[in-house]
Amino acid sequence: MIPVAFDYQRVSSVDEALGLLATHGDEAKLLAGGHSLLPLMKLRLAVPSVLVDVGRLHDLSYVRDAGDHVAIGALTRHRDLETSELLAAQVPILAHVAGQVGDPQVRHRGTIGGSLAHGDPASDLPAVVLALGGTLVARGPGGERTIEARSFFEGFLQTALGPDELLTEIRVPKATIVGAAAVRNGTTGVALVNMGSTPLRASATEAALAAGASIGDAAAVAAEGTEPSGDLNASPDFRRHLATVLVRRALEEAAS
Amino acid sequence: MTVADAGVAGVVGTPMTRREDPGLLSGEARFVDDLVVPGALHVGLVRSPHANARIRSVDTSAAMALPGVVAAFSGADLRDEWAQPLPCAWPVTPEMLNPAHLPLAVEHARYAGDAVAAVVAESAYVAEDAAALVAVDYDVLPAVVDLEDAVADRALVHPELSTNTAYTWELTPEPEAVERAFAEAVHTVSERYVQQRLIPEAMEPRGVCVVPQPFGDEYTVYSATQIPHILKVMLGLSLGVAETKLRVVAPAVGGGFGSKLNVYAEELLCAALARRLKRPVRWNEDRTENAQATIQGRGQIQHIELAADGDGKIRAVRVRLLADMGAYLQLVTPGIPLLGAFLYHGAYDVPAYSFVCTGVFTTKTPTDAYRGAGRPEATYAIERAIDALAGKVGVDPAEIRRRNFIPREAFPYSSAPGLVFDSGDYEGSLGKALDLAGYDDLRAEQRARRARGSTRHLGVGLSSYVEMCGLAPSRVLASLNYSAGGWEAATVRILPTGTAQVVTGTSPHGQGHVTSWSMIVADKLGISPDEVEVLHSDTAVAPHGMDTYGSRSVSVGGTAVFLAAERVLTKARTIAAHQLEVAEEDLELSGGTFAVRGSPERSMALATIAFEAFTAHNLPDGLEPTLEASVTWDPPNFTFPFGTHVAVVEVDEETGRVDLVRYVAVDDCGEQVNPLIVEGQVHGGIVQGVAQALWEEAVYDQDGNLLTTTLTDYLVPSAAEVPSIEVGRTVTPSPTNPMGVKGVGETGTIAATPAVMNAVIDALAPFGVRDLDMPATPERVWHAIRGIGQEGRQ
Ligand SMILES: Cc1cc2nc3c(=O)[nH]c(=O)nc-3n(C[C@H](O)[C@H](O)[C@H](O)COP(=O)(O)OP(=O)(O)OC[C@H]3O[C@@H](n4cnc5c(N)ncnc54)[C@H](O)[C@@H]3O)c2cc1C
Repeated sequence: MIPVAFDYQRVSSVDEALGLLATHGDEAKLLAGGHSLLPLMKLRLAVPSVLVDVGRLHDLSYVRDAGDHVAIGALTRHRDLETSELLAAQVPILAHVAGQVGDPQVRHRGTIGGSLAHGDPASDLPAVVLALGGTLVARGPGGERTIEARSFFEGFLQTALGPDELLTEIRVPKATIVGAAAVRNGTTGVALVNMGSTPLRASATEAALAAGASIGDAAAVAAEGTEPSGDLNASPDFRRHLATVLVRRALEEAAS
Repeated sequence: MTVADAGVAGVVGTPMTRREDPGLLSGEARFVDDLVVPGALHVGLVRSPHANARIRSVDTSAAMALPGVVAAFSGADLRDEWAQPLPCAWPVTPEMLNPAHLPLAVEHARYAGDAVAAVVAESAYVAEDAAALVAVDYDVLPAVVDLEDAVADRALVHPELSTNTAYTWELTPEPEAVERAFAEAVHTVSERYVQQRLIPEAMEPRGVCVVPQPFGDEYTVYSATQIPHILKVMLGLSLGVAETKLRVVAPAVGGGFGSKLNVYAEELLCAALARRLKRPVRWNEDRTENAQATIQGRGQIQHIELAADGDGKIRAVRVRLLADMGAYLQLVTPGIPLLGAFLYHGAYDVPAYSFVCTGVFTTKTPTDAYRGAGRPEATYAIERAIDALAGKVGVDPAEIRRRNFIPREAFPYSSAPGLVFDSGDYEGSLGKALDLAGYDDLRAEQRARRARGSTRHLGVGLSSYVEMCGLAPSRVLASLNYSAGGWEAATVRILPTGTAQVVTGTSPHGQGHVTSWSMIVADKLGISPDEVEVLHSDTAVAPHGMDTYGSRSVSVGGTAVFLAAERVLTKARTIAAHQLEVAEEDLELSGGTFAVRGSPERSMALATIAFEAFTAHNLPDGLEPTLEASVTWDPPNFTFPFGTHVAVVEVDEETGRVDLVRYVAVDDCGEQVNPLIVEGQVHGGIVQGVAQALWEEAVYDQDGNLLTTTLTDYLVPSAAEVPSIEVGRTVTPSPTNPMGVKGVGETGTIAATPAVMNAVIDALAPFGVRDLDMPATPERVWHAIRGIGQEGRQ
């Protein structure tokens, strides 16, 4: 449980970080809260030769009202999401879920950008941003681009980010309902954690709801089209079952 | 209470905060890995990735080429370092098979994690990199994972033994009585329970640092161990080094739970490498090695049968065990099931008894002592089985227990398996626990939920346990073929300046002996605990000791301290009487001062007496100078703590999730030296016991790979998972020792597992579920609910 030797560079600007990424290519890894990356490095499942620490880019830590959406800096800690009054008022589901992540220590270190960029289907925040229909902002050598959450997650620990890109901002539409599912403008977004190699929208449930199905009927199809893996925690069958139960409960909570 | 009888204002019995804690909380306490040892080399171990494999070759050349690497060795390279293999001190039968176990495997790796090569480097980082560069060529052989499969000898762990059975140990005082009871029984219960393997995750993993001394071929061994004294003897034997050349120090040790009651390959390796390389050599375990290469606990398949009359009164208990030894016999591996062998009738008066245990080798990490060691297993079996009996007889679980308890008047109670239980009031503790829990209200709530078809099912589980601890009368250990005694040593001295000093042979690693022993001495001498220094865990300072395990420290080691303090006091009284020119009986001790009865102005403080004893200018004829006494106490019997725990769970029918919503514990450990420490032990023990029921399991795949090698997969609970524990107590002094104390280090773990499982099964009663393997994971519960069918619901 000792990582392979690596160089460590702490940067004080996004440009500096991008410069280092450009120099070192996929030998380099960005380090934010380190709560996903360092465990992988200790198990030697990740072996970057350079760590670019963006953890002190305080400019990228914010939660701002941007009119129709809320803009969140990629380096915002889970704890700051959990306690944000703006989120509590405008996107309460995000504040609520951030408060469920790990324990206080984890929430004070982990960042929303790290959570999304890590691309772990078992993480909580990616599913929420997906359910909300969020947009991600990245900067790379060619400048800034935006990526829709639904096309961001490509596979297990794989995202649309290039090795030379840095996630700078997450934009989430205002959605006033609390619950594990998000409801906005009459459409309901439902996303699933750990039901495949990426976070997933429960599209069958969403379609059923759009067609006027009852919560019970819509939830019953929550696992449709998913291929969850089995591990020590649960078999694929059990995961599919849980998806229907938990989606139903989330919808009931959102509706009440 | 005896301590108060001594006539000294009592600090004993008060909830004093622990003297150890400031050092631990501020980071001042020094653990092995904190020791700064200039020039120390670091060992990295190459561990077999296979459960069973012949080692064809080991190539260390690439590792040796790495800058910073000093040496690299295969098992064959080091074969001649060992005067004896790793020790097993408990050959439970004369016929027991004990295959040689070397610190580095030479020809054969027998579990995934078995060390096959060692690299020595200038830093732990280089050592880790170098270990990865050692190339080992293996012939992979079939793994022997399943216990029932292992005993059938289809594949062998040690082919040279021609069997996987290490031993069979039997305890059947009157076989005909057992047969008769079963023949005449109105109700019988026959159950099979699986005790999954557990990983003792001490907060501090193991660590060892061996420092050769500048001259004299002497070595100081710093180890995160529970047993510096035993380790010293065993290191000497295995290395072929005279005991006089070894000093073992256990610095601050961050928990053990029995896992550090052992002599490990890495301890021998560091010592042998320090000898060979003539430099300090150290090694620290990481979490994954902790899972793979530190001993594991439990690992049994239990068959228990009860024969009862029409009222549910148990007439006989018959037990058959398969016990998983793992790949080798570690220090006390074979004896662990025997520590439970006498207790399968639990707190109940049972006239006929039969027990047989078969110890079986598997290609898995060796098992050994883990908090409770044999007693949690026994308690689990009887407490689950008696609930099954209640179901058959058609009475409440509380009632079946009342009908069977050893009655209060029966103590000292001679049990069918041959123990003498010291003291107890089992019905009293059950009653108190039921009151605290509001048992009748809980049952009413359960009925109401069932009636309204709630999907959150309430379950209430009882566990009325008794255990034997305070290891142990040396003669009893002899009768069990254990290779050592069970006494404990203590020295108490008053230094010339009046400070008291205690030297104890116990070796605390979280239990708070410094606090408790200073309270015992302070109470006796009438001084403040802060004026008592407690020295321990260093064989140069405390040469005699049997160390800390088996809830022995207060009832054996604490008693030795108590008796030594008493002797010091007797001598002090003699000196004071001499100098004050009165009879000893005319002196009264109060606040650390002897005064003449009736004329308090004629007095001598202990500090003054200590100084007089030190100068020896005016002592009675024939009295030796200095105020000091040493006592070695061999207890006449075990002590038998007991109690009743009540667990309340909610089971979510749809998700299978079990929530522990309340936990009530009424424990009786006799007199309590420090109730705060007692409560801490009870809390921690309970959480560990609950963890076996709900979360923890060392999972192996069919190839013998351990899958739970990190804390992501091996679910050790945190404070968030457990409710606030409601603690009650009763106090039934033990007649076995002058303080009336019993042990409390393991009671929580012993009691909690069956309480929780009984609660889960109680919650699932509407589904016809009668058994469930541990841990009761959501998926297992969900399958159990579905397996037996929704239609079965009442
Ligand atoms: C004990 C523990 C419990 C946890 N429990 C939970 C839980 O319950 N739920 C949950 O969802 N998560 C949980 N986590 C994960 C936690 O939320 C992580 O902090 C988070 O997933 C990653 O954020 P980070 O800032 O730590 O990222 P890092 O570990 O620093 O980085 C993760 C990955 O993202 C990349 N990266 C980081 N920032 C950026 C960026 N701005 N642009 C591009 N790439 C970037 C890194 O290069 C790396 O590949 C837990 C972690 C721990 C250690």
